[in-house]
Amino acid sequence: MKELMSGNEAIARGAFECGVRFAAGYPGTPSTEIMEAFAKYPEVYAEWSPNEKVAMEVGIGAALAGARAMVVMKHVGVNVAADPLFTASYTGTNGALVIITADDPSLHSSQNEQDNRHYARFAKIPMLEPADSQEVKAFIKLAFDLSERFDTPVFLRSTTRVSHSKSVVNLEKPLDVEDRTAIRFNTEKFVMVPLYARIRRVIIEKRMQDLRAFAETFPENRIEINSPDVGIITSGMSYHYAKDVFPEYSYLKLGMVYPLPAGLIREFAARVRKIYIIEELDTFLEEQIRALGIEVTGKEIFPYTGEFDPGVIERAITGHKVAARTLPEISIPPRPPNLCPGCPHRGLFYVLGKLKVFVTGDIGCSTLSYMKPLEGLHSCICMGASIGMAHGMSKALGKKGKGKIVGVIGDSTFLHSGITPLLDMAYNRSDAVIVISDNRTTAMTGMQEHPATGFTLQGEKTLSVDLAALARTLGIESVRIVDPYDLKAVRTVIKEELARSGPSVVISRRACVLFKREYCAPQKPFRVDPEKCTGCRLCLGLGCPPIAWEKLENEPGGGTKETKGMGRREGVAVIDRNLCTGCGLCAQLCKSGAITEEKE
Amino acid sequence: MIETKGILLAGVGGQGVLRASDILCRVFMAAGLDVKKSEVHGMAQRGGCVTSHVRYGEKVHSPLAKKNDIDVLISFEQMDTLRYLDYVKQSGTVIINTEKIYPPAVNLGEAPYPANVEETVRRFFTKVVPVDAAALALRAGNIRAVNTVLLGALSSCLNLSLGLWEKVLQESFPTKLIGANRKAFRLGRGV
Repeated sequence: MKELMSGNEAIARGAFECGVRFAAGYPGTPSTEIMEAFAKYPEVYAEWSPNEKVAMEVGIGAALAGARAMVVMKHVGVNVAADPLFTASYTGTNGALVIITADDPSLHSSQNEQDNRHYARFAKIPMLEPADSQEVKAFIKLAFDLSERFDTPVFLRSTTRVSHSKSVVNLEKPLDVEDRTAIRFNTEKFVMVPLYARIRRVIIEKRMQDLRAFAETFPENRIEINSPDVGIITSGMSYHYAKDVFPEYSYLKLGMVYPLPAGLIREFAARVRKIYIIEELDTFLEEQIRALGIEVTGKEIFPYTGEFDPGVIERAITGHKVAARTLPEISIPPRPPNLCPGCPHRGLFYVLGKLKVFVTGDIGCSTLSYMKPLEGLHSCICMGASIGMAHGMSKALGKKGKGKIVGVIGDSTFLHSGITPLLDMAYNRSDAVIVISDNRTTAMTGMQEHPATGFTLQGEKTLSVDLAALARTLGIESVRIVDPYDLKAVRTVIKEELARSGPSVVISRRACVLFKREYCAPQKPFRVDPEKCTGCRLCLGLGCPPIAWEKLENEPGGGTKETKGMGRREGVAVIDRNLCTGCGLCAQLCKSGAITEEKE
Repeated sequence: MIETKGILLAGVGGQGVLRASDILCRVFMAAGLDVKKSEVHGMAQRGGCVTSHVRYGEKVHSPLAKKNDIDVLISFEQMDTLRYLDYVKQSGTVIINTEKIYPPAVNLGEAPYPANVEETVRRFFTKVVPVDAAALALRAGNIRAVNTVLLGALSSCLNLSLGLWEKVLQESFPTKLIGANRKAFRLGRGV
């Protein structure tokens, strides 16, 4: 049976077909749908772990127990999981362990563009790189076979274009699963004290030699000889981009990007006259192939940054620019992503923007508050960084920073990596205020469950951790809860907390407007009375998508309008009733009482 | 060998761009063709631009088209049409939903909404199809069927049987939405 599948769906399907029944991960674009799809297959265990490090450890444990375990994360998630990963390379797997890293060239939805192929070499773990959904499904099976055969964790690297493109996949019957789980003691292999780790260290080098030999005959390292004039060495989606524009060239398509098959590469080099290395991001293949003494053309013509497409490759190789086309020279206003109408982050960040404090931000939808007109967030590094950074700034500034430093973090992000820095703030007596913007879900990636939502990935009811109680337990004496739809309350509470000495936590709590399970039924939309509106633009400061500024060009008086008691105005605000969710923030700001809830 | 062709669907998060491109892919599959599509999730959902390239033919390699290589552009928002014109072949077709969705700079009064979009596009392309998709969707009985109206408009540019489209549409919606979507498709096809 044929099915149209995304790369992510194909990873889940392939894992299921080859008998994987255990997976752990943390949501992150472009990887999120892998776990969501896998969790729906029958008789599988799938969990959202609180963060990627935990997911990795859960996977290592499952593999130690003899299971075929899959661990899923986006590229920056591997940074979080790196600590257990590097030593799991030493212990090996017992069962099987495959780590999916979904990289994001062009930073479609990420804070950096790191090339996770380096992790394979760094941790001495083989890495496969499929090019489309059908290959993804085949490669995940090969990855598990490799893991079992060589007693090693194995990486499968995807990129946004592989994860989020859809193509035709042949579905196969799932294998019958043999339960190989058991408790097996093996102290020398699993207790990584220096004595045993030194022994494993040697075994790992032997394993790398064996893997290099294996790579020479691995059928997915494939030579396609066409024209002997030009040979292309590539992997992943770049293979398809290149095939699209240069079908006549010869190819060495590497299904395994680490370790490389030196013999096969030399053989290919001997059969073509000129070699191009086509790889997105870093010179991972290029440097290793040059080190074999083979002359190649790579990053001197291909870009280091951003993802490729067929056009990028064609232009680099032919040297031609895009055919000059006369197209309209009209400036098109940009359309950046924005907080949704009714988003509970908006009220919080509006207040923070007005308070003129420095706000250390975090990862999630709330990061979008950096933009005009809110400008309520002034740094963003990684998950959890808001808290540690607020503490660090506050300590470094001393008296100068008193009452001026706020860290804001989401609920899912707080549970991911905000607990330990908050403990640090309590322990080392920080003066910063931390706001947990609790929208009751992992919103940015599309409403995933976490330990405070009350449900698991597979829909089972479970505990819901009490964020306020958790903060108090860590040693935060002042913990307040506010509703971000109440601007006055948010302002009062944050100002009071900024005036206190010692660390404090404010929980700004309201469900994400897109979160159907908890968000209350829409209120009536609001409208602007054009007679009462003074055109002061205060409501526009919310940056709420339904509120627009309308110039009064056709009014008598040449572009301005006299209205009694309010002087001349250039325009008025209007609200698109189809977009308005009725949160009422704009009405709270309006000083002339022009914004009111619509009557029936 | 059937040449690979490309369709670019572009719009704003929440307009159903990705669902439309899914349906389109299934129609090509049902027609026995190879098909690939790309899309971008994540940040783009929050009112930002959403695009989906769909490429079809006998054997498709890249899911992404290069510039100057798209056969049909379907723009789900009026001014956003201008953003993607450099992808369209000179001989290509441009379908424009005339609906306007203001970006932040326009809402704040900092930039004007571009005027005369259709006329501008006509200066460069001969095949231009304006569609008031919101009005037609409303007439079909579901304002959210804008994407199906636009698929209807696209269907008259492609050489695929109506039966094939209707079969895939039937499979793509829950029962209670099929009626409105079938009607929306036909209204779009009639443009």
